[in-house]
Amino acid sequence: MAFDSLSERLQSTLKKVSGQGQLTEKNIEEMLTEIRLALLEADVNYQVVKDFIATTKEKAIGADVVGSLKPGQVLVKIVHDELVELLGGSVSEVSFDTSPTVIMMVGLQGSGKTTTSGKIAKLITKKYGKKPLLVAADIYRPAAVDQLVILGEQLEVPVYEKGTSQSAESIVEEAMAYAKENHHDVIIIDTAGRLHIDEPLMQELANIKSIANPDEILLVVDSLTGQDIVNVAQSFNDKLAITGAVLTKLDGDSRGGGALSIRHITNVPIKFIGTGEKLDAIDLFYPDRMADRILGMGDVVSLVEKVQDVYDEKETMKAFNRMQSGQFGLDDMLAQMQQLRKLGPLSGILKMIPGMPKMPNINDEDSEKRLKETESIIFSMTKEERRDPSIISLSRKQRIAAGCGKDLQAVNRLLKQFDQSKQMMKKMSGLDPNTGMPMPGRGGNHFVGNANRKKVRHKKRKKK
Amino acid sequence: MGFFKQVKEKLVGKSAKQNEKYVAGLDKSNTTLSDRINELAARFREINDEYFEELENILIMADVGVSMVIKIVGEIKTEVRLQNITDPRLINDIIVDKMFVIYANESVMSTKINYASEGLTVILMVGVNGAGKTTTIGKLAHRISQEGKKVIVAAGDTFRAGAIDQLDVWAKRVGVDIVKGKEGGDPSAVVFDALKQAQESQADVLICDTAGRLQNKVNLMNELEKMNRIIKRVVPDGPQETLLVVDATTGQNGISQAVEFSKITDITGIVLTKMDGTAKGGIVLSIKDQLNIPVKFVGLGEQVDDLQEFDLEQYIYGLCKNLVEGQ
Repeated sequence: MAFDSLSERLQSTLKKVSGQGQLTEKNIEEMLTEIRLALLEADVNYQVVKDFIATTKEKAIGADVVGSLKPGQVLVKIVHDELVELLGGSVSEVSFDTSPTVIMMVGLQGSGKTTTSGKIAKLITKKYGKKPLLVAADIYRPAAVDQLVILGEQLEVPVYEKGTSQSAESIVEEAMAYAKENHHDVIIIDTAGRLHIDEPLMQELANIKSIANPDEILLVVDSLTGQDIVNVAQSFNDKLAITGAVLTKLDGDSRGGGALSIRHITNVPIKFIGTGEKLDAIDLFYPDRMADRILGMGDVVSLVEKVQDVYDEKETMKAFNRMQSGQFGLDDMLAQMQQLRKLGPLSGILKMIPGMPKMPNINDEDSEKRLKETESIIFSMTKEERRDPSIISLSRKQRIAAGCGKDLQAVNRLLKQFDQSKQMMKKMSGLDPNTGMPMPGRGGNHFVGNANRKKVRHKKRKKK
Repeated sequence: MGFFKQVKEKLVGKSAKQNEKYVAGLDKSNTTLSDRINELAARFREINDEYFEELENILIMADVGVSMVIKIVGEIKTEVRLQNITDPRLINDIIVDKMFVIYANESVMSTKINYASEGLTVILMVGVNGAGKTTTIGKLAHRISQEGKKVIVAAGDTFRAGAIDQLDVWAKRVGVDIVKGKEGGDPSAVVFDALKQAQESQADVLICDTAGRLQNKVNLMNELEKMNRIIKRVVPDGPQETLLVVDATTGQNGISQAVEFSKITDITGIVLTKMDGTAKGGIVLSIKDQLNIPVKFVGLGEQVDDLQEFDLEQYIYGLCKNLVEGQ
């Protein structure tokens, strides 16, 4: 995911320092040079980097490094806190208190306005129970209206469109009246992509703004953007006084340093991030989580929330109980693996785990294939065999292999893997599931039961 | 002096109109870049480390990329030392010179489309989401049919809502045939149908649109590989051109895009789009340096004729316009 290389670079730099006993001006300087390069390579704007380095240096030199903490950790904390601050401090949500809430989407061509409009419409329908209206105000790009109409059909969200023969201003004006008549409580206006230096088109946006009087003007920014992001953000902000930004395509491998620049330059928060091509791939922007990820500290909170979203508690407890009574079988393992799959691609999950960002790249297709293989092998076993794999003799193995069309080694591999998970579970079953002891960060198929434990941990966090 | 003078002579000789659009498009970034270099020269009495540090920053702001900047500035430093230059006003020539030499790097930089000697020429367009593939295809189809060739376009983006309609509008606008599949269908099937139809109707050029894909999505990249395979099966020498479409605002991720797409298909050139904004795609210098992929076309707007052949001399002239004219 984004920020990978930045976190790797910072990690190696911090390692150098954390090994040293004392923070001297010299090793701080050395580290800051590395951080500067890393940030620049991550497309953070040059001016932002300069300011960041200056503040960090000041704080690092002024910081009280005497105490129980290692000086390296002090510096990590300073850099971390600075990053959080730079990223906006706290989560900024769009408020839907006013009715109707009018949201206007603006940005350059190809930044992802239309897709993001659709995603937001879906999110607020699902999460806030709103009744949004999408307004197709891009009359310039061929088929932009069609695109929004198709998205609307997929989402079952109505789209107000008047084709391309009418001016964007009058479309918006009519849409406002239409929304009122039909009791839509959120209006999302999808405007055409435009260059920030295109005066007539920027004026069109200003006109739409005065007609629709939007509560939110969101600038949609591609996370692949380089240094120019500041010019873009600055111009849009000067002309329209934007209220927030949406950072798209964060599922790419761009380092996304632009996120750091936007807030710093325009002083508006990033309100959403786009994390995939599917229409539910949108999330709020959490500065602290992002900073954690930048520094390679993992993103446990996101992971836990994700797990909570998809994990079937009953199923897990059932497996847990069976495990404690020593009855854990292949069926249970398969059920766990299938639940794990619901979390999404393995590589994405691993990146959220502290210490994991340095893992070699995982090919999600491969792990998917392995799961399919496992499934087919287990389905070729009798119920008895699944319950108690120890009875599987060589002739049984041969029958299973023939049944699923795999070779004998594949069957052996699976059984070995099962043994390992069982071993691990034995260790675990001695523990109280409520203590929330950290599990060794083993990815992949050995995750069994772990998710439930994390959940417990999360609840404790919330209480704080 | 080297290249700098050459450009100056050549361009001053050319009619102003010829360059107008190109320069207009490049104007903004040039002012930023060359203004800054000029400003820098004015601010510094002599060339010292601080001067070079500032110069580095200026180039970084143009998205040239840190390692590339270090390389360029390194060479400039050497040259300055060799020629014993201390006056910042004299350094401009060297800056321009070095940028040109590094880009060219003794390689062939053809901006012509590599047409098949006989039979069908296939052009495959690839790139990340929102780079401008479909728009570029519209403009490219127009350009090639202006050359008197029969062009067919294949709507290979079956994923994004409205992508097929978008290409359809472009096809009608520039008057070329289009082969469409179903939204959500297999893009390789569309490409296959298009290949067949192009051969039957004896078209000269087939341009295949593809869905935007981020280069780290393995399954989407595999899908691209499959399309490539299908093309090769029907047209063994194809695709004659695989053009990577890169948005000029792209930062350092552009290198990753070029690297990853090159692993799947043989990228023969880059189309640098949205050059009419303030970003000027300094990343192409790094891409050329690392992968030797040249820029073939630049997109300068949304009209049918807003696609131009990349002209390195004009590009550099554009970047350094103020330097040339200011003297």
